[in-house]
Amino acid sequence: MTHTQGRVVLDSADMSRALTRLAHEIIERTQGAQNVTLMGIPTRGVALANRLAQRISEIQGSPVQVGAIDVTMYRDDLRMQPARALLPTVIPEDGIEGRLVILVDDVLYSGRTIRAALDALSEHGRPQAVQLAVLVDRGHRELPIRADYVGKNLPTAKTESVQVQLREHDEIDQIVIRQAS
Amino acid sequence: MKHLLSTADLTRDDAILILDTANQLAQATGQGVGKLPPLRGRTVVNLFYEDSTRTRISFEAAAKRLSADVINFAAKGSSVSKGESLKDTALTLEAMGADAIVLRHGSSGAANTLANSGWISGSVVNAGDGTHEHPTQALLDAYTLRRHLRAGAGDLAGATITIVGDILHSRVARSNVHLLKTLGANVRLVAPPTLLPFGIDTWGAEVSYDLDDALVGADAVMMLRIQQERMNAAYFPTIHEYSQRYGLNQARVNLMNQGAIVMHPGPMNRGVEITSEVADSPQSVIVEQVTNGVSVRMAVLYLMLGGNEATV
Repeated sequence: MTHTQGRVVLDSADMSRALTRLAHEIIERTQGAQNVTLMGIPTRGVALANRLAQRISEIQGSPVQVGAIDVTMYRDDLRMQPARALLPTVIPEDGIEGRLVILVDDVLYSGRTIRAALDALSEHGRPQAVQLAVLVDRGHRELPIRADYVGKNLPTAKTESVQVQLREHDEIDQIVIRQAS
Repeated sequence: MKHLLSTADLTRDDAILILDTANQLAQATGQGVGKLPPLRGRTVVNLFYEDSTRTRISFEAAAKRLSADVINFAAKGSSVSKGESLKDTALTLEAMGADAIVLRHGSSGAANTLANSGWISGSVVNAGDGTHEHPTQALLDAYTLRRHLRAGAGDLAGATITIVGDILHSRVARSNVHLLKTLGANVRLVAPPTLLPFGIDTWGAEVSYDLDDALVGADAVMMLRIQQERMNAAYFPTIHEYSQRYGLNQARVNLMNQGAIVMHPGPMNRGVEITSEVADSPQSVIVEQVTNGVSVRMAVLYLMLGGNEATV
């Protein structure tokens, strides 16, 4: 395990267990997830939202609304690099008005992506409440934002990078920590 | 690329990035998001030396939907009619802090001159320069073609597009040929010999004088307007004869492939290059082209001004 290879901190089985626990926590905290709409933040948050939706609907026996919200145009660092490609926003059939929206992302770090997501979301309606589910919370918040559901708390140094790899995009399920070069 | 002057400057990846971005922006508009934030605080100047309704309004709508401030500058009734040069107008706009200038000009190469003059620090978008290029029109045409022929993704490899009419004076045709070829399409150009420019054999398109032949096997036809305002010679005997030989009617539409579409950059001369029946038929996507124009221009402005430097 060299630094360039990175250190695997969560393997496929760990990740699966973490997602199952998150699904149960969401059901418990939302009294059955009836009014819940999961909104994944592209790219990997969308895959995670879909997996959570599948688990919740298997446990509850009824489908869960799931969508995607692209935050690119709402980022506060938009002007700090060349304009980025936009990713799909998918608003589920029932919209988000009056729903309990749970934002889903892979890694919670500075909190700036989530702030952007809250702005993007408000363009599409007024949810009853917004909660946040993340697979990894690695600390180092720069804004007053916290997650309601956390798959794994991962204390990291700012010099490290945390990479969530998912089958849908990376052919493997695992979380790797690397020393940033 | 800091400026958008010609579709010849776009690689396949650039073009697809613009079309994909337009797709996402169209979706956001379709979802009812009236205004998007990325160009807040940016100033876009529409500098129009030639009359234009749809292009200017389209750029204005695009810039405003992205929250840019828009200044419209029509040469008529401005200091230009008092004899001000393009240079002095540009210096004035630069002094007012324009981040991008959308230029429509009657002289071929005007956008290029403005971009490379050192008069301004912002980006230049060519919105039509003489008979040279009109890149955003070609991009919106490609976007429309891709939506109908390729389900809105990828390129146009293998599609056959026939462009008919006044190729000689058409900046739309020039921009389209470059872009369609970059995206892998086969391009056929049809016109009377007098309306084909010198050196057309170097464009990499099939050239024909016979419209019926050129429609067989086509997936789309683009009709061009007869540009009376640029015609200072007799290019064909009569309008009637032109419309007989090169006008699009329903019988000719039926020669094309199943599902083929009819396009026109507008404004149309109904009864000259296209019959009303065809213009209003289900195969006609002429009104949709206008809608798509706003999305494509939003994409161009976003990719140029959204970040700290232009992406394409």
